[in-house]
Amino acid sequence: MSMIIDHVSYIYGEGTPLEHKALSDISLNIPDGQFVGIIGHTGSGKSTLMQHMNGLLKATKGHIYFNGEDIYDSDYDMKKLRSRVGLVFQYPEHQLFEIDVFSDVCFGPRNLGLERKEVELRAYDALRKVGLDDELYYQSPFELSGGQKRRAAIAGVLAMKPEILILDEPTAGLDPKGRDEILGQIKRLQVQTGMTILLVSHSMEDVAEYVDRIIVMNQGRIMLDDTPREVFRYYKELEEVGLAAPQVTYIMHALREEGLNVDADVTTIEEAAAELVRVLKG
Amino acid sequence: MLRDITLGQYYQTDSIMHKMDPRVKLGGTLLFIISLFFFKNFLGYIIAALFLGTAIKLSRVPFKFMVRGMKAIMVLLMITVLFNLFLTPGTPIFTVWKLTVTFEGARMAAGMAVRLSLLVIGSSLMTLTTTPNNLTDGMEKMLRPLRIFKVPVHEVAMMMSIALRFIPILLEETDKIMKAQIARGADFESGNIIRRAKALVPLLVPLFISAFRRANDLAMAMEARCYRGGEGRTKMKPLIYARRDYIAYICILMYLAVSIFVGRLSFS
Repeated sequence: MSMIIDHVSYIYGEGTPLEHKALSDISLNIPDGQFVGIIGHTGSGKSTLMQHMNGLLKATKGHIYFNGEDIYDSDYDMKKLRSRVGLVFQYPEHQLFEIDVFSDVCFGPRNLGLERKEVELRAYDALRKVGLDDELYYQSPFELSGGQKRRAAIAGVLAMKPEILILDEPTAGLDPKGRDEILGQIKRLQVQTGMTILLVSHSMEDVAEYVDRIIVMNQGRIMLDDTPREVFRYYKELEEVGLAAPQVTYIMHALREEGLNVDADVTTIEEAAAELVRVLKG
Repeated sequence: MLRDITLGQYYQTDSIMHKMDPRVKLGGTLLFIISLFFFKNFLGYIIAALFLGTAIKLSRVPFKFMVRGMKAIMVLLMITVLFNLFLTPGTPIFTVWKLTVTFEGARMAAGMAVRLSLLVIGSSLMTLTTTPNNLTDGMEKMLRPLRIFKVPVHEVAMMMSIALRFIPILLEETDKIMKAQIARGADFESGNIIRRAKALVPLLVPLFISAFRRANDLAMAMEARCYRGGEGRTKMKPLIYARRDYIAYICILMYLAVSIFVGRLSFS
């Protein structure tokens, strides 16, 4: 149960004057149950890569294996792949269309051809998982607030019970509170269900706290692929490509340069606080 | 998938035709089309073809882009040719089954085919060398006299340029929503006509909502910058005739005079 991406390249508009290489020779192995952050600047190819993972885009070169099967095999069932690799696009609330939230969440599982009872059970389950109040279930999705809409839209994908959940900038346009709530909910989901989660973002700060592994993309290539701790060691290289490590990394490095013997590789504010207490007391 | 569709088929390059004032191109195209309907003999069409050929050469747009427009009217062209060929009474040349091809019919069909092709290629040349915005600008200025009859010329031109600007945006939006719904298991490609029409609901509802939202935002942005219609509004790049535009006008008028004079000569 894993996804292997094997030397994948993708070229937009091949053979036209607008030809543009979006991905070049990407190889990745995403094991089960991992929480992965994919970081990159606008145009680094992260969104393109995601769309390959559930077959919305077909690689110009290379192969993708899901649970050991090549998804480009002519007899591979793409519809099944899409139910097992859930993809939440950027601003997912723009895809809501039903008369109430509940029917909208039912859309995905209904497309899988499940019976009505199962569809509704899954919809309830998904709505509960994203933490939406139950009095909102039968309201028009267009009357909800931004954050609520987004939860409803994420529930729409969760209701398909994917094994891998890919989220493209799930916090874009939300206030800090909404952002923390959504990310916290996703982390809880991952811990509870052991689902594999890929979180695409351009903000290190967002992902540092939650993920087990960070993949940094730049100009269609993988620049770094390691644990947050290791990745943030390269904060100077990250800056060169227009990304930044979390602020706490900078503070810790600055303290170290001033002669305070702290471990500069901590990734979250909580860890940094604990580390400072340890050094100052000891 | 939808990315491949191109509308407003402007071809970007640097040429005298691209630099020309859109009013000249609009007027020229109109006069060219009118001239095509005056010809009685083939000499007229030859002159028209030469004139168009020169203009295409000057525009530096590859010829295959001109012909692309022809594909769209191929069916119409075939029908016109066939009807003219078989249904024109006159001196018979040969008969197939019950259909008779006449000398007059063949003449008429050939004339019709050439006329239609020149017409389509002529207007493609205009759209290929003029950006949509430039085109609406030119139209606005040309139609200005209609304001006497209370025609809201500026407003219509503004609506046209906004509509043109929104085409690529909405296409991209459609592509995005389509992908999002496919990721939720939607199927736009199989089933009978009723099923397919129903499958469009998850695409059309979000698309309309997004179009309204964008329209709302744009209206707000325009009002915030004190837009209040065409009254007293100046342009960043006002259309001013240059020397080449006057020369172009003279060329067009000369073409018109020569081609109509020659095209209406009768040799009988």
